Amino acid sequence: MSILGIFQKRNSGTVARDRLQLILAHERAESGRPDLVLQLREEILAVIANHVAVEPDKVKVTLERGEAVSTLGLDIELPLGAAAKLDAKLAAKLAEVAANKGGRSGSSKKAA
Amino acid sequence: MAKVLVVTSGKGGVGKTTTTAALGAALAQGGQSVCVVDFDVGLRNLDLIMGAERRVVYDLINVVNGDAKLPQALIKDKRVDTLHLLPASQTRDKDALTDAGVARVMEELREKFDWVICDSPAGIERGAQLAMHHADIAVVVTNPEVSSVRDSDRIIGLLDSKTAKAEKGEEMEKHLILTRYDPSRADRGDMLKTEDVLDILSIPLLAIIPESQEVLRASNLGCPVTLNNPLCAPARAYADAARRLKGEEVPMSLPVERKSFLDKLFMRRAA
Repeated sequence: MSILGIFQKRNSGTVARDRLQLILAHERAESGRPDLVLQLREEILAVIANHVAVEPDKVKVTLERGEAVSTLGLDIELPLGAAAKLDAKLAAKLAEVAANKGGRSGSSKKAA
Repeated sequence: MAKVLVVTSGKGGVGKTTTTAALGAALAQGGQSVCVVDFDVGLRNLDLIMGAERRVVYDLINVVNGDAKLPQALIKDKRVDTLHLLPASQTRDKDALTDAGVARVMEELREKFDWVICDSPAGIERGAQLAMHHADIAVVVTNPEVSSVRDSDRIIGLLDSKTAKAEKGEEMEKHLILTRYDPSRADRGDMLKTEDVLDILSIPLLAIIPESQEVLRASNLGCPVTLNNPLCAPARAYADAARRLKGEEVPMSLPVERKSFLDKLFMRRAA
């Protein structure tokens, strides 16, 4: 890229090409399994439902298709009591895993 | 309670999706809450024109089938917070849309927004008829070109017979947007005149959108033309159309591209 290129705005035709290449790559990859996100949501919710009652309406699913990776986001609203219960259960489970393996354990969760 | 507007044309490629995005963005910028709905099942493109293609999770068919609730499927615009998109499905076909399911979703949209703008697929088949069925107002998009005008005439016939309003014996409010209008060709007499098109279709004019490279540029970038460059001629024409839809009196004029001082300078040098 020339020094001038840094200051120049990318022209719209190039943006169009990049956008199309990205979305078409995703569409071709998704074409075999169009309901993947739906299925993932159901299965993840099923796992959470083992521990806490989640209202399906209070689940926000976001997806951002990127160049190398896509990001699937699940924002799950946990009722106040349920979150505490989940924490206790999770803590117990993690302690159990840690005791068994004596190794590292990690967890992450998001509650809105 | 929303006004439901269908953007339709019969013929493909005349600017329905561009018009849907531009009007939706212009109304939303004016502070109204707006949802643009893609009815082109199997060939969705409104998401691309709105620049939301990377964020589509659920679509109209998911909502109709109950796989997702309406709020979960709506994609909020990143530029204007009162603007939302309900995308069409890319993988299924229009037969997955049931009449009752669409009616239920439209009712829910009506309660949530000030404006619901339905982008119709081309043609006069079921998809186009579903898109127009629940509309209160129709915007017919036409190019000043014989096949487009004829197809618009067919669509006007359907608007007056196959919609919920028509079935109730009510009159559907219809407006014409003339797109890709080229003033220099019109001056030379090489294009259907606006008056001729209006005379043939006999529906009132909502706007004349001049042919402009700004429309292609906006679609390349995935930004409604009214947001991408609000001062360009087509954006001003769409913004006026949005104000007319809200009931404002806006004198009809053909916006022309304003040349900047530098443009003029370089034009002269190049010539």
